[in-house]
Amino acid sequence: MSTPTAILAGFQAKRRATRSRTLKPWYKNGSLVAGMIIVGALVLMAILAPIIAPYDPIQQNLTNTLQAPSTSHLLGTDKYGRDVLSRLIWGARVNLRIGFLAVLIPFVFGSILGGLAGYFGGWLDAIVMRVVDVFFAFPFYVMVIVLVFILGSGEASIYLAIAAVSWVSYAKIVRGEVIVAKKQDYVVGARLGGMSHGRVLVRHIGPNVLSQAIIYGMSDIVMDIMAVVTLGYLGLGIAPPTAEWGSMILDGQEFITTLWQQATIPGLIVVVTSLGVSFLGDGLSDLLSPDRRK
Amino acid sequence: MLHRLSFIPGRLLQAIPVVFGVTLLVFFMAHLLPGDPALAILGDKATEDRIVALRTQLGLDKPLLVQYGLFLSNIARGNLGDSLTYQVPVSSLVLEAVPVTLSLVFFALILGLLIGIPLSGIAAVKPNRPADLGVRAYTLVGQGMPQFWVGIMLILFFSLKLRLFPVGGYGQTAADHLYYLFLPALTLAIALSPTLIRSLRSSTINVLGSEYVATARSKGSGGVALFRQHVLRNAIIPTVSIMGVNLGYLVGGSIVIEKVFALPGLGSLMLNAIFSRDFPTIQGVTLFVALFVVVVGILTDVVYTLLDPRVNFSSKERE
Repeated sequence: MSTPTAILAGFQAKRRATRSRTLKPWYKNGSLVAGMIIVGALVLMAILAPIIAPYDPIQQNLTNTLQAPSTSHLLGTDKYGRDVLSRLIWGARVNLRIGFLAVLIPFVFGSILGGLAGYFGGWLDAIVMRVVDVFFAFPFYVMVIVLVFILGSGEASIYLAIAAVSWVSYAKIVRGEVIVAKKQDYVVGARLGGMSHGRVLVRHIGPNVLSQAIIYGMSDIVMDIMAVVTLGYLGLGIAPPTAEWGSMILDGQEFITTLWQQATIPGLIVVVTSLGVSFLGDGLSDLLSPDRRK
Repeated sequence: MLHRLSFIPGRLLQAIPVVFGVTLLVFFMAHLLPGDPALAILGDKATEDRIVALRTQLGLDKPLLVQYGLFLSNIARGNLGDSLTYQVPVSSLVLEAVPVTLSLVFFALILGLLIGIPLSGIAAVKPNRPADLGVRAYTLVGQGMPQFWVGIMLILFFSLKLRLFPVGGYGQTAADHLYYLFLPALTLAIALSPTLIRSLRSSTINVLGSEYVATARSKGSGGVALFRQHVLRNAIIPTVSIMGVNLGYLVGGSIVIEKVFALPGLGSLMLNAIFSRDFPTIQGVTLFVALFVVVVGILTDVVYTLLDPRVNFSSKERE
């Protein structure tokens, strides 16, 4: 089965696949470009927050509370007299940072564990998969909320809580990919050529199986952004007075009958952010695995 | 028929290590609390007496293995400990809250199907045409909206502007409950619908291309009748397993939604327990929810097998 000819054919097929990937330049990929523009604009807003925000986001002004939108405060002021637009702009820093960084730990941890389980199989695989089953029994928000409670509030706890819940998906995805990949001729060939398991996993299987994990990671970023906002809304996220979109929605809900903008606009910016990331993910998945798209 | 259900004992056996793991994880929650759990739970209300009393109540003065054994035997007898806030058994608090959350979740599932089936049908009939693109845009936006924010927006529009539904609460009678649960269920249904639509759309496209649908068409069937009699019944089968997986997701989502609409379900119980540091209640709700998800997973496999004669879990290993 794994004759040199077959191995060679495998290599050639792989090279062909690589070539077809490069046929369409990235800038003609509509989703990717749309995603880059939206996410780029939001990141720029976060970076430039000190310059473009008209007011200090946490400076209270108790003589000027709960103002309707006006020329001096485009989105009005909240119950402490803080400028809502400035808080929205500064909020991008916290929400984008946590949303994007939170995928890193589960991505690395889950991929490594899933990769080892899929590659070596046997008891290691059995144990890892049972642990995955156990973690899957806990709904995302139940687990995240309980863990944030246990670990205490703060950014570090949010990273850890999200990591503890989401590593299982990466483990499952990478395990499945590795199980398929390890039977491929290029892997068998590499082993026959005398390479160690570690080298085969890192140099040959890794690059080929990670694209699915990266594609999933993009949708995971959307989920993490939701988690941060939701924790903020539940009062379990980033502590006040730091500007954060979820807690802004919570604050705005109190005055929704008179100042509907204050709960609505932060939610809209969350929608725009997740759309941008989703586009980016779609575009990336076109680039990374064109053969899987219909 | 019955022989196809012969996978059930095996499936139950498979669930045992998972249940075991779930209890282990929930048990160790208490030990993840930094420092002395009793002190961490009591916080600034801690006095020497209360710490000792709580340590005894939580069984923290015994060896770890003994504690876990006690924990398991208590669970087996339905004893989840006593709430620190209300001084009543956690199990009775959970039983009180479960009907609210379950009604919400099932109502949401029904509404989700009512949204998902027509939209996926419209999308699948002519893929890549304007209607399909519109539905796909809806799924993309639907996925990007924070659930609680959708709830607030529904309140803003249906309750405050149109004055059609209450802004929150649960009501007194069964009819009340249905009325009060409509907006929260719609919120969860909107959150669920993108997943449902995606699954239903692709399975409907598959079914529409099948030979038996071509046969039905050649016999003059068409339109809604064709869809109802031949397409939907087959297209919905893969979605059943997706719905099973998502029931857990819905329970998680309802925690957040119950806060938006002030519903007295498991979510409110959990969040209140979190803010009053009522650890036994947090533990009890978490355990209950996780075990519920495991049971639903098994039930989903059973329903799936009964619905689709082609599925046979007994004969081959899954995956």
